[in-house]
Amino acid sequence: MTAVLDQGGDAPMERIALVDLLDRLLAGGVVITGDLVISIAGVDLVQVSLRALITTVRDELLPEEETP
Amino acid sequence: MTGTEAGTEAAGTETAVYLYGVARGLDPAALGGARGVAGAPVRGVLAADLTALVSTVALAEYGEAALRANLEDLAWLEATARAHHDVVDLAAHAAPTAPVRIATIYRDDARVAEVLAAQGGRFTDILDLIAGRSEWGVKAYADPETMRGDTPAGEPADTPADASAGGPAGGTDPGGGLAPRAEPLTGPRPAAPASGSSGAGAGTAYLRRRQEERRRRADAGRRVSEQAGAVHAELADHAVASRHHPPQDPRLSGRPGTQILNTAYLLDEEQVAGFLAVTRAAGERLAGIEVEVTGPWPPYSFIDTAGAAAARVPGDA
Repeated sequence: MTAVLDQGGDAPMERIALVDLLDRLLAGGVVITGDLVISIAGVDLVQVSLRALITTVRDELLPEEETP
Repeated sequence: MTGTEAGTEAAGTETAVYLYGVARGLDPAALGGARGVAGAPVRGVLAADLTALVSTVALAEYGEAALRANLEDLAWLEATARAHHDVVDLAAHAAPTAPVRIATIYRDDARVAEVLAAQGGRFTDILDLIAGRSEWGVKAYADPETMRGDTPAGEPADTPADASAGGPAGGTDPGGGLAPRAEPLTGPRPAAPASGSSGAGAGTAYLRRRQEERRRRADAGRRVSEQAGAVHAELADHAVASRHHPPQDPRLSGRPGTQILNTAYLLDEEQVAGFLAVTRAAGERLAGIEVEVTGPWPPYSFIDTAGAAAARVPGDA
């Protein structure tokens, strides 16, 4: 399943963190309509669930704007 | 959902085409024996001077229903994301490459060529804006002590705590973080009898302590946000454009501390050295705050904003 892309040479980062990758791949890149339109909606779903998770955690940790 | 046996069987052999990105002037040799998602070999679909990077995928895995389920599976998502990135990254090192959003699927190469022809102008515009540029990520984390307000953020780290002159939250922390201040749940002793001796007094003292603690946290949060804002402003001066990502979930990152900055910067090649120097300096200057840099990335975060990027050069409005 995992065909390691081992071209030698160009390994700019030791091991890319999945979170950093998802930040970019789920929200970045050129959005063009594929033949399977549903795939875009699917990604958005993932995004929504990840975002929800993140927002929850952030609220727990960062009580900024919450001055009495 | 019943009676799909035949359909499923057919889907097992049916294929589609996964599009990774679009490069300009890419030497086909640069793709070498590159493998994409599910280990399939990557090929180029050409239209004019644009090359669409694609590979064949099974509809059983990348069809509508399968995708919807698979995208929610973190292990599958990771494998796909890494493969997607490896292909884009490989091409981006050889030629200007516009990454396409993950899981963009077409029926076949002919359809990809059609899209390339129809959207050629758009891709050319995007490629013009990202050519010779790369994306760098900067994340900053505040230590738990810093977020509690136990230690003033931004003070030099190496001075003994007693000498921490003028820190607004200074206090009497002996430093080293071994003595958590005013943690109400540590220890059975009703610590500070400062206000009142009756049972009601103890309750009031407790509430006051809680309130004080909350205020300190809030102050610390504000201070740390300001630090993050200042770091960002400085970095933005050394970049063509920037884009904030939402803070990352610690459960995904496995990283302790509070993430106070998660921003992507688009840099011209000649800006890179200076930018990295600034991030290093910021990390050294700020006590209780750690700065991490990732990159170079293909400019994933600057596709949608590419058109606006030129107009949004920070401090240059």
